[in-house]
Amino acid sequence: MSGVDLRFDDVHFAYPSGTQALRGVSLAIGAGERVAIVGQNGAGKTTLVRHLNRIFVPTSGTVTVGDRSTAGSTIAEMAALVGYVFQNPDEQIFARTVISDVMFGPKNLGCDEAESRDRALAALTTVGLAEHADAHPHQLSLSERKRVALAGVLAMRTPVLVLDEPTTGQDARGVEMISRVVAEVSAEGRTVVAITHDMDFCAEQFERVVVMTQGEVRADAAPEEVFAQREVIDAARVEPPQLMRLAAQLGWGSRPRTVDAFVDAAAGERAR
Amino acid sequence: MITLTDIGYAYPDAEHFALEKVDLHVEHGEILGVVGASGAGKTTLAKIIAGFIPHVDGGELTGTVVVDGADVAELSLSDAVSKVGLVIQNPFNQISGAKYTVRDEIAFGLENLGVPREEMVERVAAAADLLRISHLMDSSPYALSGGQQQLVAIASMVVLRTPVLVMDEPTSQLDPAGTRMVFDVLSALRDAGSTIVVLEHKVELLREHCDRVAVIAGETIVAVGEPREILADERMPEWGIGATRFTEAARAAAGRGVVAGGGTLPVSLDEAVAFFQEDVPA
Repeated sequence: MSGVDLRFDDVHFAYPSGTQALRGVSLAIGAGERVAIVGQNGAGKTTLVRHLNRIFVPTSGTVTVGDRSTAGSTIAEMAALVGYVFQNPDEQIFARTVISDVMFGPKNLGCDEAESRDRALAALTTVGLAEHADAHPHQLSLSERKRVALAGVLAMRTPVLVLDEPTTGQDARGVEMISRVVAEVSAEGRTVVAITHDMDFCAEQFERVVVMTQGEVRADAAPEEVFAQREVIDAARVEPPQLMRLAAQLGWGSRPRTVDAFVDAAAGERAR
Repeated sequence: MITLTDIGYAYPDAEHFALEKVDLHVEHGEILGVVGASGAGKTTLAKIIAGFIPHVDGGELTGTVVVDGADVAELSLSDAVSKVGLVIQNPFNQISGAKYTVRDEIAFGLENLGVPREEMVERVAAAADLLRISHLMDSSPYALSGGQQQLVAIASMVVLRTPVLVMDEPTSQLDPAGTRMVFDVLSALRDAGSTIVVLEHKVELLREHCDRVAVIAGETIVAVGEPREILADERMPEWGIGATRFTEAARAAAGRGVVAGGGTLPVSLDEAVAFFQEDVPA
C-alpha cells in the first residue's frame, strides 16, 4: 500500500453560522510524507483535515486526494482513500463490541466477514487491545477507546491516515504505541497527517510541521526550522519541544529533536 | 481538607478492585498532582473524592472519605457537589447539551443552586474572564473547537466556587499556551485558598505547579511526595508514566558518560539548565 498526494488550493471554508474557519489555505503534501499540523485552539486544524475525507467541501477552492477532487467524489469514495481518526472517540465508536466496531470499516470497503475479522484483529493487536475484542467499547477507558477508534481506521488500510490529537490522554505506553503506528504506516509509504498539541511527539515523529493561525498556514517547514521562529510560535500559541527549549537556553546552536540527538549535542559541546 | 482512609472500590459487576488500600491526605490550599498509567485508577480516585462514587456509579466502596469535615458517603449528592467541583476527563461529555450559549452553559450549575440572578451574572463573567473565554459568551458550546469546549467545561466548575476542585486531565485538548494558562489559573485559585487535585500526564507542568505529587500504580497509591523527587524517580517507566525529556536527556547523558550525573535528576527546564550548565560548559 502506498500513499497518495494531497493538495489544498486556496481553500476557504465558512461554517453555516458564518464563522470563517479557513481563509485561503494552499498546501501540497507528497505521497508518503509525515506531516504534523500544530496551532492554537480554534485555528482551523480540524476543519482543514475534515476536508480530506469530504466531511466538509470547501466554500471556495479545491481539495485533491490523489487525482480526485473531493467535491466531485462521494464520502464513500473518499473514505476508501483517507482514514480519519476523530479527536473524540465517542463521535466515532458506535458498535456493541470492540471487534464489530473495528470490522465496520473493512466491511464497508467490501471485505468479507473473515477478511474483516483478520484485519480488525491485526489492527487491535497493533494498538494493544486484542484481548478486549469482545468487550463493549464503553467498558474501556477514554484512552483505550481512542485506540479502538485508531484501530478502526487502521483496519481500512487506507493510503492516507489522518490523526486528530492522537496522543491526548495517552500514558507513556500509549504515546509509544502511537509513535510506532506512525512510523510503521509511514514506512509502508502511506501518507500520515496528524494534528497535535504534543510538541515533543511532533518533533520526534514528523519530518514536516505546518503551523496554522486563524484559518491560515503561518509556517511550513522541518521541526528545527519551525520551532526557531519565535514570532510564529508565539502567534500560534505553541512552544518549542522540551529538548529544543533546553538547547536554546543552554546557548547551543543545535536544535535536537530526540534524546539521542540531544546527548550527541551535549557530547559535542563538551568536546569544544 | 481531604482525607481518604483505607479506601477500596470495585465497580458494579467488576471482578477486581479498581482501587485498594488507598490512604491519602490533601491539605487545605495545596495542589496535589496525581499521575499514573491509563487504567491505574486515577479517574476512579477523582470520582471517589467528588462523591460520584458511590452516589452515581454505585459499586462497593469501603473505607472513609472525608472532605471539608464531612463524610462524603453520608452527604447527599447535591451536598457533595457543593463541596467538590469535578471537571471530568472528556470535556465533550461535560457540556450539558441543554444550553444554547456559553454564557448559559457556565451559568447552568449556579441556576441549579438557585443563586440570585445578579450574583450569577457577576460570577459567570468572572469565571469566563479567568479562563479567557469572554469573547465566546454568545457562541453555542457546540460551535467551539475541542480546546475551547474544554475551557468552558473548566469555567462551569470554577464558577461554583467549591472549596475543592478535582480536575481529570483538564488540559488534554488545549494548545501549549492554553495549557500553561490553565495551570496558572489553578495556582491562582490555590493561592486564593482552593484545594486542588489535578490528574495529568503533563509532567513538566506538574513539576512547576504542584505542591506534592501522588503516584497510582497497581490499584493503589505507591508514592506521595515532593514533585521533583517523585517525577525524577527511576521507577517512573515501571509505573507507566513518561518522564520529561529533561529527565530522560539527563539520564541518557549520564548513562553515556557525557555528564557525571548523580543526585536528583532534573524534571523542569530550569533544573535541566542548571544540571547541564554544571556539567557541560558551553
